[in-house]
Amino acid sequence: MELLLDSLFNGVAIGSVLLVAALGLAIVFGLMGVINLAHGELMMLGAYTTYVTQLIFKLPLLKPFYNSYIIVSIFLAFIVSGVVGILLEKTIIRKLYGSPLETLLATWGVSLILQQFVRSVPLAYGTGLVISLIIGLFLPSTFPSKIKESINFKYFKFSSWIFAALTGVLTGSLISSSVSKLSRASARNVDVTAPSWMRGQVEIIGTAFPKTRLMIIVITLISVIAITLFLNQSAWGMRIRAVTQNRQMSDCLGISTEKVDIITFGIGSGLAGVAGVAVSLLGSVGPNVGGNYIVGCFMVVVLGGVGNLLGTVLASFGIGIMTDLIGAGRLLSIWPDMPLPLSNTINFFATTSMARVMIFALIVIFLQFKPTGLFPQKGRMVEN
Amino acid sequence: MRISRRILAGLATASLAVTATSCGGGGTSGSFDDTVTVGILHSLSGTMAISESTLVDTEKMAIEEINAAGGVTVGGKSYKIEYIVEDGASDWPTFAEKSKKLIDQDGVPVVFGGWTSASRKAMLPVYESKDAFLYYPIQYEAQECSNNIFYTGATPNQQSEPATDFMYKRSPAAGGDFFLVGSDYVFPRTSNTITKAQVKQLGGKVVGEDYLPLGNTEVAPIISKIKKALPEGGIIINTLNGDQNVAFFKQIQDAGITPSSGYYVMNYSIAEEEISTIGPEFLEGHYGAWNYMMSIDTPASKKFAASFKKRWGADRVVADPQESAYNMVYLWKQAVEDAGTFDDNAVREALVGQTFDAPQGPVEVMPNHHLSQTVRIGEINAEGGFTILEETGVVLPQAWNQKHPSSKGFACDWTDPSKGEKYKL
Repeated sequence: MELLLDSLFNGVAIGSVLLVAALGLAIVFGLMGVINLAHGELMMLGAYTTYVTQLIFKLPLLKPFYNSYIIVSIFLAFIVSGVVGILLEKTIIRKLYGSPLETLLATWGVSLILQQFVRSVPLAYGTGLVISLIIGLFLPSTFPSKIKESINFKYFKFSSWIFAALTGVLTGSLISSSVSKLSRASARNVDVTAPSWMRGQVEIIGTAFPKTRLMIIVITLISVIAITLFLNQSAWGMRIRAVTQNRQMSDCLGISTEKVDIITFGIGSGLAGVAGVAVSLLGSVGPNVGGNYIVGCFMVVVLGGVGNLLGTVLASFGIGIMTDLIGAGRLLSIWPDMPLPLSNTINFFATTSMARVMIFALIVIFLQFKPTGLFPQKGRMVEN
Repeated sequence: MRISRRILAGLATASLAVTATSCGGGGTSGSFDDTVTVGILHSLSGTMAISESTLVDTEKMAIEEINAAGGVTVGGKSYKIEYIVEDGASDWPTFAEKSKKLIDQDGVPVVFGGWTSASRKAMLPVYESKDAFLYYPIQYEAQECSNNIFYTGATPNQQSEPATDFMYKRSPAAGGDFFLVGSDYVFPRTSNTITKAQVKQLGGKVVGEDYLPLGNTEVAPIISKIKKALPEGGIIINTLNGDQNVAFFKQIQDAGITPSSGYYVMNYSIAEEEISTIGPEFLEGHYGAWNYMMSIDTPASKKFAASFKKRWGADRVVADPQESAYNMVYLWKQAVEDAGTFDDNAVREALVGQTFDAPQGPVEVMPNHHLSQTVRIGEINAEGGFTILEETGVVLPQAWNQKHPSSKGFACDWTDPSKGEKYKL
């Protein structure tokens, strides 16, 4: 019983890391069909946001609230990665809809730029830049409609960008002067330390579970529920689903497909940021952190069936449980006296490297029989 | 079309400018009779840049020190050392290519370079075919002995063997079972083969072994294996690489695998630099084994640490790989002065038998082109340094490990033409 519980928990823990990382991609790649190779770097931005938030909460003013920094950073990471994603959509991806190969190359280029950006720009000024992006993109939309409709709106827009740039430079230098760790550029990996209430273990029915893992499972659950509710219950969610199924028809019926694209991509990117917070709790934060997850993300989305959230959920938990079953050699402890050749085979695959080989092999075999994944999208799609 | 051509031209100019700035170094000579230019070849970009750039800093510092003390004196003439720094870019074929460039185009008499075994294996054929000389400063898995490479880092019998011995006989987990964890590449696998043979000799038991593919940070299956294999605590030998250590220590602490519950981790790749990245709060109470530790309380060690901080910043630390890099520059200088020429073959002969009062204590170049070194076992403390627990006497290097089944009974001696790279003892 304890063994079963332990194994199940491990599988769910590994799966939820995969799931939270793949969730944003499931929307961007699954729903919009955009192959975004910079997805991992959006995760990296989320992880760095956590690091910066952690350091800012160490300042005397915010010190009393230090323990809650991880909650705050989840929201901040969503906003930061979301805004960078929106910028990416507005400047690059929008021009490349319908040409997947060019999108692939362009986003790969963006991923390299982002990696080098965090290596060579001090994080304090990086933060300033992101803040000015947020203000510049959102300030004009808060103006009263009278101004928005006036002919001089472009001047208002322009001046709000100047205001945004100034605020960015100011916050940048403010942070850089108060937190010395953020004032210099460094390619060195940095470390996010979970607050004390999130470290150690909790005991549930006689088995001890690490708290950080539980926290990641909770983050994943909340993200999945929130995104499902948004897609199925809200008006914008309905529009997104309509556009992904039939773009021209939705356009004819008066849905602003441009706006839908921005919102969808922004949400997908924001979820990547949330995933960044989760992975920063497990390992170190560095320029390459996203690259380590991107293959796993695509694997999950393809296995689950493109365009289907339920498939993504099942695929990631499936892969998680398989990783634990094969990698830790669980079958041997469930059935200790199995025949020798079989137990030797299981022992051979019971290492982390070989377990990966086995799982990739199983996925390849599975896709031979069901090339569209667990839950292929049914219905009449105009694009196909 | 015109625009794209202009962009191309701009790119070409930019890359030329980069090449131009990457060369050069040193400065104008003062009271020297002549200059000699040496090559420095480490990764300044890519994943390995973080580690390897510390070696470039140390080598530059050693060269500056030598120049300040009058340079190299060869045949009555004083030479100022200048250097060309090349970037290996964390890409192994690039190391070979840049080596060729340094040897053929720049005509340097010696190259100081490399970190990973993969980069050394890529460079080795270049130096052997051109009969040039590479100085390599990293503790490594040995099982190699080239006439054209001089290894100043520890061999397994100068690091892992005394460490395993300590863990099995004198650590708080003495007599316990072993679990081996490493990254999946040549160093951990070779090192663990040696450890397994040694544990068997000592009468202990290795109850499990697992390797994490490079770049993977999912440690959960390894943790459940450790808990299954060592339910009551025991000894964990860790040869994980770089960032994977962060994931490993964060997650084992959360899973309750800590010194207070009887699990002790001995690390072969965690020095002062890495402790500050991972965070001492995750490592306190675990162990490390090195030849040099920053906490060595001798004048030579303190001077080394102090001059490095003075040259590169008060927040910098020195660690074992940097000390090896520092030693090799000085040993090269001494050998050149003894040989009375920069000629490779004469320097090679003069090199064997050189002694140097290194920050770790006296070292001597052995006929197998490795160094005799002192081994230290330290416990990681809350300040991010090592508390030194044990210190061996001088340990002679074994290029061919005497516990590894494939090399048992072999040795290397380049001073005797009848023996050479690998001969039977």
